[in-house]
Amino acid sequence: MKPSLRALLAGTAMALIAGTASAETLRLLTWGSYAPDEVVKLFEEEYPDIDVEVTFSNNEEMIAKLRATGGTGFDLAQPSHDRIYAAQLEYNIYKPMDLSKINMDALTPNLVEGVKANTTIDGEVYSVPHQWGTSGIMANMKEAPDAKGWGDLCSEQYQGRTSMRLRRTILLGTAFGMGMDPFALYADPAAYQDMLDKVTEKLIDCKSVIKTYWTGGDDLSALMLSGEVVVSETWDSTAFKLYGENPDIVFVPPETGALAWIDTFTIPRGGEADDAAYKWINFVLRPEITKMMSASTGAIAAVPNGIDLMPEDKRAAISAAFDQSDIDNLKFFANIPPGIEDMEGLALERIKAAN
Amino acid sequence: MSRDASRLSLILLFAPFVLWIGLLIILPQVGIGYTSLREKISWNEYSFGLKNYVDFLGEPVYRNTLLRTAWMSILVTALALVMGFPIAYYIAKIARERSRAALFLMCLIPLWVSDLVRAYGWIVLLRETGVISTALVKWGIINQPIEMLYNDMTVIIGLVYTVILFMIVPLVSTLQGMDDALLEAGYNLGGSRLTVLRRIIIPYAMPGIVSGCIITFMLTAGSYLTPILLGGKNSSWFTEQIYNQFITRYNWESGSAFGVALLVFTSFVVWAGLRLTGQSLATTVAKD
Repeated sequence: MKPSLRALLAGTAMALIAGTASAETLRLLTWGSYAPDEVVKLFEEEYPDIDVEVTFSNNEEMIAKLRATGGTGFDLAQPSHDRIYAAQLEYNIYKPMDLSKINMDALTPNLVEGVKANTTIDGEVYSVPHQWGTSGIMANMKEAPDAKGWGDLCSEQYQGRTSMRLRRTILLGTAFGMGMDPFALYADPAAYQDMLDKVTEKLIDCKSVIKTYWTGGDDLSALMLSGEVVVSETWDSTAFKLYGENPDIVFVPPETGALAWIDTFTIPRGGEADDAAYKWINFVLRPEITKMMSASTGAIAAVPNGIDLMPEDKRAAISAAFDQSDIDNLKFFANIPPGIEDMEGLALERIKAAN
Repeated sequence: MSRDASRLSLILLFAPFVLWIGLLIILPQVGIGYTSLREKISWNEYSFGLKNYVDFLGEPVYRNTLLRTAWMSILVTALALVMGFPIAYYIAKIARERSRAALFLMCLIPLWVSDLVRAYGWIVLLRETGVISTALVKWGIINQPIEMLYNDMTVIIGLVYTVILFMIVPLVSTLQGMDDALLEAGYNLGGSRLTVLRRIIIPYAMPGIVSGCIITFMLTAGSYLTPILLGGKNSSWFTEQIYNQFITRYNWESGSAFGVALLVFTSFVVWAGLRLTGQSLATTVAKD
């Protein structure tokens, strides 16, 4: 519920600021920290006739919100690259992008191609990349110097000192950790269910080891910084932020490969300010703005020198976490076929309800 | 005034109420009921039937979570009554006229802060590195920091704290209407404190008790934030299941069925509670 409260606050703040202004409104549906105040302010200075309204959310809630309104209510959304194809087929909530309006030279070609491959329907491209990062584990090196894979979250040597988020990422990570490849099984629902059953059993056994399930970045930060938890599933961006406060806390790309996601720009079907949306996209891809954005998100911008544009402390955190072999070993989330998330949802509920 | 004019004014007076009930309560309920009867065959393919309800009954995870939620809500209601009654009695009967308003206000103040902030307040107090645990270690009462968060007990404490006001307010207003002469008569006729409480005060306060219990039970069973934030790895709450159906699984059909199930089941619990205690809405809540 954190995001919705923040959204409310942000919405109220924006309404107060915007009270006097005129013309066009750009309604952004994005992740917490993906629209830092300073960037919004600079944008509004450059385009005085556009007001920016920000709603913070996450992948599942973005889709649910747009589904409820048939794709209206927002002008630009930022779902992850693997959550667009099925949602579009099933609920028709996005509209194709006009790539000629985007400064494509600013973007990293292989990320653009990756996102295109995932989000092209009937020859139309629905998304372009914005920021990317990975999911893996983070460990407090003082207490858990040997943590190196998904399996360590369930290792009894850290009894009561581990945490994870009970969402699909941990199902996939655990499957990789057990030597399976969930992405290869996406096409075969029966085999996927079989894999989920094994993962469910493993994670139910694991409940006696973990301390609690974290639900958001703030929650996780408090658990790690207080030392109550020493190994946890995490987004790398959260780990990089914590590294700035306590250099013992580092991101560990699991030996089976960190799971990589790309947050995109995607335009909802009922968006009413496409021009403003394209202006925003081009604006935040400028090097000087990218720098501010990455400082706020902790994720790497999808521009050719993305890592160089990170602030000093985050760059240090990245080099403490990744070497070239880790980067070569990244596992990009594959497109989720319709129906898969329903199976995963039931598995997650079984895990939560088990004693 | 002519009859037409009085009819018009009656219609105008009722219009906001009817619109409120119709647009914000009845219409959404009909929508939820309709969606819950839609079966999802595969994506983009639907038919009608009771499959969502059959699935709900067939999966022990859901049944058990609903029963657990109801059971814990009853416990919270009972605790809120036991703790709220003396407070309400003190405010209504014992406190002097002047301090009454101040006391009432003190009960109200926590409500001015959002649920979320109050839940975080408990988190700061109860976590392993939190205020209470650290203080106990410092004073040498315990050796090791203890974790008081993330279990059912914490959820119950948090919920009682959140809902107790809704128990106190109806109790205070009922008890304030009680004539002190009734109590004096009771004592004069030789009744002990316990007898007076059992035979005079509680029967008199019954409308307040019943409405307070119904409100707190419904609020608790339908709460979302407190159980999610304070509960741990084993604390499932039924509203969380509804959220999961709608948001994580994109399954609005079964989410709606869950919503209907929660409404029907909690209504049944209230009805059963009234029957068991020999009360009825007509003689308590709706009493003049």
